[in-house]
Amino acid sequence: MRLAGAILTLVIGAPVLLGAALTLATGFGWQPGLGRVALGWEGFAEALAAPGIFTSLRLTLVTGLGAALLSLAASIPLARWLVTRQSASRWLTPLLAVPHAALAIGLAFLIAPSGWAARLISPWATGWDLPPQIVTLGDPWGLSLILGLMLKEVPFLTLMTLVAAAQRPVAEQMAAGRALGYAPGRVWARIVWPQLYPALRLPVLIVLAFSLSVVDMALILGPSNPPTLAVRILRLYGAPDPAQAVPASALAVILLAVMGASAALWMVGERAVARLGKALIRNGHRGASRRNWSGAGLIGAGGLLAIGSLGALILWSLASFWRFPDSMPADLTLKRWASADWTGPALTSLTLALISTALALILAMLWLESEDRSGKRLPLGALIVLPLLLPQIGFLQGLTTGFLWLGLPPGPVAVTWAELLFVFPYVMIALAGPWRALDPVHLASAASLGAGPTRRLLRIKLPMLLGPICAAAAIGVAVSVAQYLAVLLPGAGRVQALATEAVALASGADRRLAAILALMQAALPWVGFALALAVPAWWHRNRRGLRGGVA
Amino acid sequence: MSLELIDLSLTAPGASAPLFAPLSLVVSPGETVCLMGPSGIGKSSLLAHIGGHLPRGFTASGDVRLDGESVTHLPAEKRGIGMLFQQAQLFPHLSVGDNLAFGLSAQVKGKVARRAAVEAALEQAGLAGMADRDPATLSGGQRTRAALMRTLLARPRAVLIDEPFAALDAELRAEIRSFTLQHLQAERIPCLMVSHDPDDGAAAARRIALG
Repeated sequence: MRLAGAILTLVIGAPVLLGAALTLATGFGWQPGLGRVALGWEGFAEALAAPGIFTSLRLTLVTGLGAALLSLAASIPLARWLVTRQSASRWLTPLLAVPHAALAIGLAFLIAPSGWAARLISPWATGWDLPPQIVTLGDPWGLSLILGLMLKEVPFLTLMTLVAAAQRPVAEQMAAGRALGYAPGRVWARIVWPQLYPALRLPVLIVLAFSLSVVDMALILGPSNPPTLAVRILRLYGAPDPAQAVPASALAVILLAVMGASAALWMVGERAVARLGKALIRNGHRGASRRNWSGAGLIGAGGLLAIGSLGALILWSLASFWRFPDSMPADLTLKRWASADWTGPALTSLTLALISTALALILAMLWLESEDRSGKRLPLGALIVLPLLLPQIGFLQGLTTGFLWLGLPPGPVAVTWAELLFVFPYVMIALAGPWRALDPVHLASAASLGAGPTRRLLRIKLPMLLGPICAAAAIGVAVSVAQYLAVLLPGAGRVQALATEAVALASGADRRLAAILALMQAALPWVGFALALAVPAWWHRNRRGLRGGVA
Repeated sequence: MSLELIDLSLTAPGASAPLFAPLSLVVSPGETVCLMGPSGIGKSSLLAHIGGHLPRGFTASGDVRLDGESVTHLPAEKRGIGMLFQQAQLFPHLSVGDNLAFGLSAQVKGKVARRAAVEAALEQAGLAGMADRDPATLSGGQRTRAALMRTLLARPRAVLIDEPFAALDAELRAEIRSFTLQHLQAERIPCLMVSHDPDDGAAAARRIALG
């Protein structure tokens, strides 16, 4: 128990804290490598004096708060639509599995002025023979970025809502509300959803933190001059002058403060909304009963954007030549797939994913099994939450420096460790529920047959939990393949994975290679989820009681 | 006001035969009719159908009328049919008073008037001063009475009762039952109840065996 706690703290907690502490120190001017050890506020002054800094701040706030708020708002009618249609909610998983960067590239290829959407309606509907001079990608308000974030976050929050709803008598409460004369949409919004919200609070705060600090999507979809705070920090870290790490780190500390303030603002907003909701509940207005058009409309719009993004990626990866107003490429060929070097980054991503996921599974099992043996919960919840709530850009650069001091140079090992910090929390969340829900009767009867703890683990728990373990592994692979900063910074250019290569090419000239890399980045998690369904189904093919292990 | 069922019949999802023989029935204002029958025959599904809450997959035939007007094709919230469920279904995140306020018809306007209507209903139900209580802290009998008040405040044209007394202790059951039925009678609301408790049947004006 103690040993397990120590290992987990050392492997997951220590790097996060080390990275954050070094970032903080660097922000105050501490650069012993350059012989500077005097602390001061100059870094902050320099960061805040940079031109356009307040535009960056505004952009970060608008896109971050906007994406979180709109995603939550969209998830409410969507979850109502899906709560009675369980089979349709399976379609959320493939969208959840697509890495942010791949989705952003697909969306960029769809909605750019020269994108597939413009081509589909040109020239017959628009009269455009050349890409129009309108701003879609990188618009100064970050609307494209908000849209991209929503495509990822709405499915996530919707799924979380459905998980919470499964534990409540939703159908009965809907009937009770309607029997009192309320339109179904009102019963959902005023009675059912407020009861689910406590379970959504942590997911929402994670979404908020992510939206405020996202880098890869902001590089592809966000405005570039000035960019969001997170992108600005990345640029400063990448500057040739190492002294720029001071304002970069100072800005990272400012970003952390912005995130803290936004979370506080959010929680104040929660209270205001709750008060308003109570007043609305008391006034007794029944609302007009309409079809759930917003739910159906959101499904349609989201599905169209997702399919359009994927379609744009596939077409570009197969196009040899695609003139502007043509709705399809002149011909489709696999030539580019055969000639381009995508196997290297794909193998790198796959290897990183397999190793970090295997390590995350071992750590999660270590945690859960040591809890089982001691009969006590490990008080380490912060290890799960901390890496997800802190800005990645705020501790990964510090961590890279810290690794170097400890004798671990930038490279595959440092990248694997950094990825593990993000893979582990999701694997742990996915595995903990089913593990703790395992019927203890099976274990008691195994013990009464003389099986010791190790035998019970290997012969009873792990085989019975094969489905959830495979599902957790698939989630781990998806999280790992999606990592961008965790490859870029601790890799320092020596590790070329799909995420880093695809983002580097996204705005460049080679749309075909970018499309191939993005498709491969999306394909790895899909293969993972398909295997997570197939392996337990095959393994337990003659065991009816164990089928349907994957949630 | 009267509740009228005409040749009502239900078929469960995937089944070929209907659950029970077609049912025709008129419940007059203030009258309570108790439908008796073995479990599994579809009593609760029948009530759900009358109220408009039948899950997808069931097929139904026949007509439900209120005061001669067909409501079969109206959504549940447009029918004006209140329901008392086996579990009281008080909303757990609202106080007892807000549960009643949620039920209170929007025709009662103004904060003060609405608050007074809720207080009066609580007092009638022997729950005076409990407006701010958490529903989870009420006893079973108090919860059933609060649920009845919430339903009555919505001014329903008919009320359906699905074994709401089954979960109560035996001595409490008679008291809460007569309290409920007296209120419905006083407000001249037709009431259809399903139960397999013979005492429920005895308390009703008429008993009809479903089969």
